[in-house]
Amino acid sequence: MLNKIWGGMILISFLAAMVTGRMAELSQAVMEGSGRAVTLTISMAGMMCTWTGLLKIAEKGGLTSLIAKWMAPVVGLLLPGYQKGGEAFRAVSMNITANLLGIGNAATPLGIAAMKAMAQEHGAKVLPDRGMIRFVVLNTASIQLIPTYTAALRLQYGSAAPFSITPAVWVVSIAALIAALGMSRLLESRWRHG
Amino acid sequence: MDKLGEWVLPVAVVGILLFGMLRRVPVFDTFLQGAKEGLSSSVSILPALIGLMMGVTMLGASGALDMLSAFLRPAAQWLGFPVEAIPLALLRPFSGSGSTALAASLFTSISPDSFEGKVISVLLGSSETTFYAVAVYFGAIGVKKTKWAVPAALTGDFVTTAASVAAVLLLFGS
Repeated sequence: MLNKIWGGMILISFLAAMVTGRMAELSQAVMEGSGRAVTLTISMAGMMCTWTGLLKIAEKGGLTSLIAKWMAPVVGLLLPGYQKGGEAFRAVSMNITANLLGIGNAATPLGIAAMKAMAQEHGAKVLPDRGMIRFVVLNTASIQLIPTYTAALRLQYGSAAPFSITPAVWVVSIAALIAALGMSRLLESRWRHG
Repeated sequence: MDKLGEWVLPVAVVGILLFGMLRRVPVFDTFLQGAKEGLSSSVSILPALIGLMMGVTMLGASGALDMLSAFLRPAAQWLGFPVEAIPLALLRPFSGSGSTALAASLFTSISPDSFEGKVISVLLGSSETTFYAVAVYFGAIGVKKTKWAVPAALTGDFVTTAASVAAVLLLFGS
Protein backbone atom coordinates (compact mmCIF):
# COMPACT_ATOMS: atom_id res chain seq x y z
CA MET A 1 0.00 0.00 0.00
CA LEU A 2 2.71 2.49 0.97
CA ASN A 3 4.61 1.52 -2.17
CA LYS A 4 1.71 2.60 -4.37
CA ILE A 5 0.92 5.74 -2.37
CA TRP A 6 4.50 6.93 -2.32
CA GLY A 7 4.97 6.23 -6.01
CA GLY A 8 1.67 7.95 -6.71
CA MET A 9 2.65 11.05 -4.74
CA ILE A 10 5.81 11.50 -6.77
CA LEU A 11 4.17 10.76 -10.14
CA ILE A 12 1.30 13.16 -9.43
CA SER A 13 3.79 15.81 -8.33
CA PHE A 14 5.68 15.45 -11.61
CA LEU A 15 2.53 15.65 -13.71
CA ALA A 16 1.22 18.63 -11.73
CA ALA A 17 4.54 20.43 -12.07
CA MET A 18 4.40 19.90 -15.84
CA VAL A 19 0.96 21.53 -15.97
CA THR A 20 1.74 24.40 -13.58
CA GLY A 21 5.26 24.96 -14.91
CA ARG A 22 6.80 24.60 -11.47
CA MET A 23 9.57 22.17 -12.48
CA ALA A 24 12.24 24.36 -10.84
CA GLU A 25 10.34 24.30 -7.54
CA LEU A 26 9.91 20.53 -7.88
CA SER A 27 13.61 19.87 -8.31
CA GLN A 28 14.23 22.11 -5.31
CA ALA A 29 11.69 20.03 -3.35
CA VAL A 30 13.45 16.73 -4.11
CA MET A 31 16.61 18.00 -2.47
CA GLU A 32 14.90 19.93 0.32
CA GLY A 33 12.47 17.18 1.35
CA SER A 34 15.12 14.61 2.14
CA GLY A 35 17.23 17.18 3.96
CA ARG A 36 14.23 18.18 6.00
CA ALA A 37 13.72 14.58 7.15
CA VAL A 38 17.30 14.43 8.40
CA THR A 39 16.89 17.75 10.24
CA LEU A 40 13.65 16.49 11.76
CA THR A 41 15.25 13.21 12.86
CA ILE A 42 18.14 15.03 14.48
CA SER A 43 15.88 17.49 16.28
CA MET A 44 13.61 14.60 17.26
CA ALA A 45 16.46 12.36 18.42
CA GLY A 46 16.79 14.38 21.60
CA MET A 47 13.11 13.96 22.44
CA MET A 48 13.23 10.31 21.41
CA CYS A 49 16.13 9.57 23.79
CA THR A 50 14.58 11.63 26.58
CA TRP A 51 11.40 9.58 26.45
CA THR A 52 12.94 6.16 26.02
CA GLY A 53 15.14 7.13 28.99
CA LEU A 54 12.16 8.20 31.09
CA LEU A 55 10.28 5.09 29.99
CA LYS A 56 13.12 2.97 31.36
CA ILE A 57 12.84 4.73 34.73
CA ALA A 58 9.06 4.22 34.72
CA GLU A 59 9.63 0.56 33.77
CA LYS A 60 12.16 -0.10 36.56
CA GLY A 61 10.10 1.72 39.19
CA GLY A 62 6.99 -0.26 38.30
CA LEU A 63 5.02 2.77 37.08
CA THR A 64 4.36 1.24 33.65
CA SER A 65 2.91 -1.90 35.27
CA LEU A 66 0.62 0.29 37.33
CA ILE A 67 -0.57 2.28 34.29
CA ALA A 68 -0.92 -0.95 32.31
CA LYS A 69 -3.18 -2.31 35.05
CA TRP A 70 -5.46 0.77 34.82
CA MET A 71 -5.49 0.59 31.04
CA ALA A 72 -5.91 -3.19 30.89
CA PRO A 73 -9.60 -3.20 29.85
CA VAL A 74 -8.88 -0.96 26.84
CA VAL A 75 -5.50 -2.39 25.85
CA GLY A 76 -6.80 -5.96 26.23
CA LEU A 77 -9.47 -5.20 23.62
CA LEU A 78 -6.96 -3.56 21.31
CA LEU A 79 -4.29 -6.24 21.49
CA PRO A 80 -5.75 -9.72 21.25
CA GLY A 81 -3.21 -12.46 21.82
CA TYR A 82 -0.66 -10.40 23.70
CA GLN A 83 0.40 -11.31 27.19
CA LYS A 84 -1.52 -9.19 29.72
CA GLY A 85 0.96 -7.03 31.59
CA GLY A 86 3.81 -8.05 29.26
CA GLU A 87 6.34 -5.59 27.85
CA ALA A 88 4.31 -4.85 24.72
CA PHE A 89 1.16 -4.43 26.78
CA ARG A 90 2.90 -1.96 29.10
CA ALA A 91 4.47 0.08 26.30
CA VAL A 92 1.11 0.35 24.51
CA SER A 93 -0.47 1.58 27.76
CA MET A 94 2.20 4.27 28.08
CA ASN A 95 1.70 5.37 24.46
CA ILE A 96 -2.06 5.67 24.94
CA THR A 97 -1.55 7.66 28.17
CA ALA A 98 0.83 10.08 26.40
CA ASN A 99 -1.68 10.46 23.57
CA LEU A 100 -4.55 11.18 25.97
CA LEU A 101 -2.45 13.80 27.77
CA GLY A 102 -1.47 15.33 24.44
CA ILE A 103 2.28 14.84 24.89
CA GLY A 104 2.90 14.17 21.20
CA ASN A 105 6.67 14.33 21.72
CA ALA A 106 6.41 11.36 24.03
CA ALA A 107 3.75 9.39 22.18
CA THR A 108 5.89 8.64 19.13
CA PRO A 109 8.96 7.30 20.98
CA LEU A 110 6.71 5.31 23.31
CA GLY A 111 4.75 4.00 20.31
CA ILE A 112 7.92 2.89 18.56
CA ALA A 113 9.03 1.15 21.74
CA ALA A 114 5.62 -0.54 21.79
CA MET A 115 5.93 -1.70 18.16
CA LYS A 116 9.38 -3.13 18.88
CA ALA A 117 8.08 -4.95 21.94
CA MET A 118 5.15 -6.34 19.93
CA ALA A 119 7.47 -7.48 17.15
CA GLN A 120 9.64 -9.20 19.74
CA GLU A 121 6.71 -10.95 21.39
CA HIS A 122 5.12 -12.14 18.16
CA GLY A 123 8.17 -12.20 15.96
CA ALA A 124 6.79 -10.24 12.98
CA LYS A 125 9.23 -10.29 10.08
CA VAL A 126 7.31 -9.29 6.97
CA LEU A 127 3.65 -9.14 7.98
CA PRO A 128 2.22 -7.19 10.90
CA ASP A 129 -0.47 -8.93 12.99
CA ARG A 130 -3.90 -7.45 13.70
CA GLY A 131 -2.82 -6.11 17.11
CA MET A 132 -0.01 -4.09 15.53
CA ILE A 133 -2.33 -2.76 12.84
CA ARG A 134 -4.99 -1.76 15.38
CA PHE A 135 -2.32 -0.02 17.41
CA VAL A 136 -1.01 1.95 14.42
CA VAL A 137 -4.57 2.83 13.34
CA LEU A 138 -5.23 4.12 16.86
CA ASN A 139 -2.17 6.32 16.54
CA THR A 140 -3.36 7.76 13.22
CA ALA A 141 -6.46 9.01 15.03
CA SER A 142 -6.46 11.70 17.70
CA ILE A 143 -7.39 10.75 21.26
CA GLN A 144 -6.12 13.90 22.96
CA LEU A 145 -8.34 14.98 25.86
CA ILE A 146 -7.59 18.69 25.63
CA PRO A 147 -6.63 20.23 22.27
CA THR A 148 -4.03 22.57 23.77
CA TYR A 149 -1.99 23.00 20.59
CA THR A 150 -4.94 23.99 18.42
CA ALA A 151 -6.25 26.26 21.17
CA ALA A 152 -2.87 27.99 21.41
CA LEU A 153 -2.96 28.59 17.66
CA ARG A 154 -6.50 29.98 17.92
CA LEU A 155 -5.48 32.29 20.77
CA GLN A 156 -2.52 33.54 18.77
CA TYR A 157 -4.86 34.57 15.94
CA GLY A 158 -7.27 36.46 18.17
CA SER A 159 -9.87 33.91 19.23
CA ALA A 160 -12.06 35.14 22.09
CA ALA A 161 -12.65 31.56 23.30
CA PRO A 162 -9.75 29.33 22.18
CA PHE A 163 -11.02 26.24 24.01
CA SER A 164 -14.64 26.57 22.87
CA ILE A 165 -14.00 23.95 20.17
CA THR A 166 -13.13 21.25 22.74
CA PRO A 167 -16.56 19.49 22.84
CA ALA A 168 -16.67 19.49 19.02
CA VAL A 169 -13.15 18.03 18.93
CA TRP A 170 -14.28 15.25 21.29
CA VAL A 171 -17.32 14.35 19.19
CA VAL A 172 -15.30 14.31 15.95
CA SER A 173 -12.35 12.42 17.46
CA ILE A 174 -14.59 9.71 18.89
CA ALA A 175 -16.51 9.35 15.61
CA ALA A 176 -13.26 9.08 13.64
CA LEU A 177 -11.73 6.61 16.09
CA ILE A 178 -14.79 4.36 15.97
CA ALA A 179 -14.81 4.53 12.17
CA ALA A 180 -11.09 3.78 11.83
CA LEU A 181 -10.99 0.92 14.35
CA GLY A 182 -14.32 -0.39 13.07
CA MET A 183 -12.99 -0.47 9.52
CA SER A 184 -9.82 -2.16 10.76
CA ARG A 185 -11.90 -4.80 12.53
CA LEU A 186 -14.06 -5.29 9.43
CA LEU A 187 -11.04 -5.72 7.14
CA GLU A 188 -9.33 -8.22 9.44
CA SER A 189 -11.40 -11.08 8.11
CA ARG A 190 -11.82 -9.81 4.55
CA TRP A 191 -8.34 -8.72 3.52
CA ARG A 192 -7.03 -10.92 0.72
CA HIS A 193 -4.03 -9.13 -0.81
CA GLY A 194 -0.78 -7.99 0.85
CA MET B 1 -7.26 26.72 31.00
CA ASP B 2 -4.86 28.39 28.55
CA LYS B 3 -1.98 27.63 30.87
CA LEU B 4 -2.90 23.97 31.27
CA GLY B 5 -0.81 22.86 28.29
CA GLU B 6 2.35 24.27 29.83
CA TRP B 7 1.95 22.06 32.89
CA VAL B 8 1.35 18.64 31.33
CA LEU B 9 4.89 17.88 30.14
CA PRO B 10 6.84 19.03 33.24
CA VAL B 11 4.37 17.27 35.55
CA ALA B 12 4.68 14.03 33.55
CA VAL B 13 8.50 14.20 33.64
CA VAL B 14 8.65 15.00 37.38
CA GLY B 15 6.00 12.38 38.13
CA ILE B 16 7.98 9.61 36.44
CA LEU B 17 11.20 10.73 38.11
CA LEU B 18 9.68 11.02 41.58
CA PHE B 19 8.00 7.64 41.30
CA GLY B 20 11.33 6.08 40.30
CA MET B 21 13.20 7.77 43.15
CA LEU B 22 10.63 6.60 45.68
CA ARG B 23 11.13 3.05 44.41
CA ARG B 24 14.92 3.51 44.75
CA VAL B 25 15.66 3.26 41.04
CA PRO B 26 19.13 4.59 40.12
CA VAL B 27 17.44 7.23 37.96
CA PHE B 28 20.34 8.67 35.98
CA ASP B 29 21.93 5.33 35.16
CA THR B 30 18.55 3.96 34.11
CA PHE B 31 17.85 7.05 32.03
CA LEU B 32 21.13 6.64 30.14
CA GLN B 33 20.37 3.00 29.48
CA GLY B 34 16.99 3.86 27.99
CA ALA B 35 18.20 6.91 26.09
CA LYS B 36 20.72 4.74 24.25
CA GLU B 37 17.83 2.70 22.83
CA GLY B 38 16.18 5.91 21.63
CA LEU B 39 19.18 6.64 19.48
CA SER B 40 18.88 3.42 17.53
CA SER B 41 15.11 3.98 17.18
CA SER B 42 15.79 7.40 15.65
CA VAL B 43 18.10 5.88 13.09
CA SER B 44 15.68 3.08 12.24
CA ILE B 45 12.85 5.49 11.34
CA LEU B 46 15.05 7.83 9.27
CA PRO B 47 14.70 6.05 5.88
CA ALA B 48 10.89 6.01 6.07
CA LEU B 49 10.90 9.66 7.07
CA ILE B 50 13.18 10.70 4.20
CA GLY B 51 10.90 9.03 1.67
CA LEU B 52 7.75 10.51 3.15
CA MET B 53 9.09 14.06 3.52
CA MET B 54 10.45 14.02 -0.01
CA GLY B 55 7.03 13.01 -1.36
CA VAL B 56 5.14 15.57 0.74
CA THR B 57 7.50 18.41 -0.17
CA MET B 58 7.19 17.51 -3.87
CA LEU B 59 3.40 17.37 -3.64
CA GLY B 60 3.31 20.86 -2.12
CA ALA B 61 5.87 22.44 -4.46
CA SER B 62 4.33 21.05 -7.66
CA GLY B 63 0.99 22.73 -7.09
CA ALA B 64 -0.77 19.33 -7.07
CA LEU B 65 -2.48 20.19 -3.79
CA ASP B 66 -3.93 23.42 -5.21
CA MET B 67 -5.13 21.61 -8.32
CA LEU B 68 -6.84 18.88 -6.30
CA SER B 69 -8.44 21.51 -4.04
CA ALA B 70 -9.81 23.36 -7.06
CA PHE B 71 -11.15 20.09 -8.43
CA LEU B 72 -12.95 19.29 -5.16
CA ARG B 73 -14.36 22.80 -4.77
CA PRO B 74 -17.80 22.25 -6.37
CA ALA B 75 -18.43 19.06 -4.40
CA ALA B 76 -17.44 20.77 -1.14
CA GLN B 77 -19.67 23.75 -1.87
CA TRP B 78 -22.58 21.46 -2.56
CA LEU B 79 -22.00 19.60 0.72
CA GLY B 80 -21.65 22.79 2.75
CA PHE B 81 -17.99 22.20 3.52
CA PRO B 82 -16.03 25.47 3.73
CA VAL B 83 -13.83 25.66 0.60
CA GLU B 84 -11.03 27.37 2.55
CA ALA B 85 -10.57 24.18 4.57
CA ILE B 86 -10.17 21.82 1.57
CA PRO B 87 -6.36 22.13 1.25
CA LEU B 88 -6.06 21.57 5.00
CA ALA B 89 -8.18 18.40 4.89
CA LEU B 90 -6.02 17.09 2.03
CA LEU B 91 -2.69 17.95 3.63
CA ARG B 92 -3.53 16.87 7.19
CA PRO B 93 -2.86 13.10 6.78
CA PHE B 94 0.53 13.78 5.15
CA SER B 95 2.16 16.56 7.11
CA GLY B 96 1.73 17.77 10.67
CA SER B 97 3.97 20.83 10.51
CA GLY B 98 2.65 21.65 7.03
CA SER B 99 -0.98 21.63 8.13
CA THR B 100 -0.24 23.71 11.22
CA ALA B 101 1.49 26.29 9.02
CA LEU B 102 -1.44 26.18 6.59
CA ALA B 103 -4.00 26.65 9.38
CA ALA B 104 -1.98 29.59 10.73
CA SER B 105 -1.94 31.26 7.32
CA LEU B 106 -5.70 30.65 6.94
CA PHE B 107 -6.29 32.31 10.32
CA THR B 108 -4.69 35.53 9.09
CA SER B 109 -7.70 36.08 6.82
CA ILE B 110 -10.37 33.95 8.56
CA SER B 111 -11.30 34.58 12.19
CA PRO B 112 -10.80 31.45 14.34
CA ASP B 113 -14.24 32.17 15.83
CA SER B 114 -16.11 32.25 12.49
CA PHE B 115 -17.87 29.15 11.14
CA GLU B 116 -14.99 28.43 8.73
CA GLY B 117 -12.46 29.12 11.48
CA LYS B 118 -14.15 26.68 13.83
CA VAL B 119 -14.25 23.95 11.18
CA ILE B 120 -10.53 24.52 10.50
CA SER B 121 -9.81 24.32 14.26
CA VAL B 122 -11.83 21.14 14.80
CA LEU B 123 -10.26 19.51 11.74
CA LEU B 124 -6.77 20.30 13.02
CA GLY B 125 -7.52 19.32 16.61
CA SER B 126 -9.22 15.98 15.90
CA SER B 127 -6.69 14.38 13.58
CA GLU B 128 -3.16 13.09 13.52
CA THR B 129 -0.60 12.79 10.73
CA THR B 130 -1.77 9.44 9.36
CA PHE B 131 1.01 8.62 6.90
CA TYR B 132 3.68 9.74 9.32
CA ALA B 133 2.39 7.30 11.95
CA VAL B 134 2.04 4.43 9.45
CA ALA B 135 5.47 4.98 7.87
CA VAL B 136 7.31 5.54 11.14
CA TYR B 137 5.70 2.76 13.21
CA PHE B 138 5.92 0.05 10.58
CA GLY B 139 9.31 1.38 9.43
CA ALA B 140 10.68 1.06 12.97
CA ILE B 141 10.15 -2.70 13.02
CA GLY B 142 10.88 -3.16 9.33
CA VAL B 143 7.67 -4.86 8.21
CA LYS B 144 7.16 -4.59 4.47
CA LYS B 145 3.38 -4.87 4.20
CA THR B 146 1.00 -2.59 6.03
CA LYS B 147 -2.07 -4.65 5.06
CA TRP B 148 -5.32 -2.78 5.80
CA ALA B 149 -3.75 -0.13 8.07
CA VAL B 150 -3.94 2.65 5.45
CA PRO B 151 -7.57 2.10 4.32
CA ALA B 152 -8.72 1.87 7.95
CA ALA B 153 -6.80 5.00 8.97
CA LEU B 154 -8.04 6.97 5.94
CA THR B 155 -11.62 6.00 6.81
CA GLY B 156 -11.00 7.78 10.10
CA ASP B 157 -9.61 10.84 8.31
CA PHE B 158 -12.61 11.00 6.00
CA VAL B 159 -14.97 10.83 8.98
CA THR B 160 -12.97 13.60 10.69
CA THR B 161 -13.44 15.86 7.67
CA ALA B 162 -17.16 15.21 7.31
CA ALA B 163 -17.89 15.24 11.05
CA SER B 164 -16.03 18.50 11.71
CA VAL B 165 -18.64 20.44 9.72
CA ALA B 166 -21.50 18.50 11.32
CA ALA B 167 -20.13 18.99 14.84
CA VAL B 168 -19.63 22.74 14.40
CA LEU B 169 -23.17 23.09 13.01
CA LEU B 170 -24.60 20.95 15.79
CA LEU B 171 -22.71 22.45 18.74
CA PHE B 172 -22.47 26.07 17.66
CA GLY B 173 -25.51 26.29 15.42
CA SER B 174 -23.80 28.53 12.86
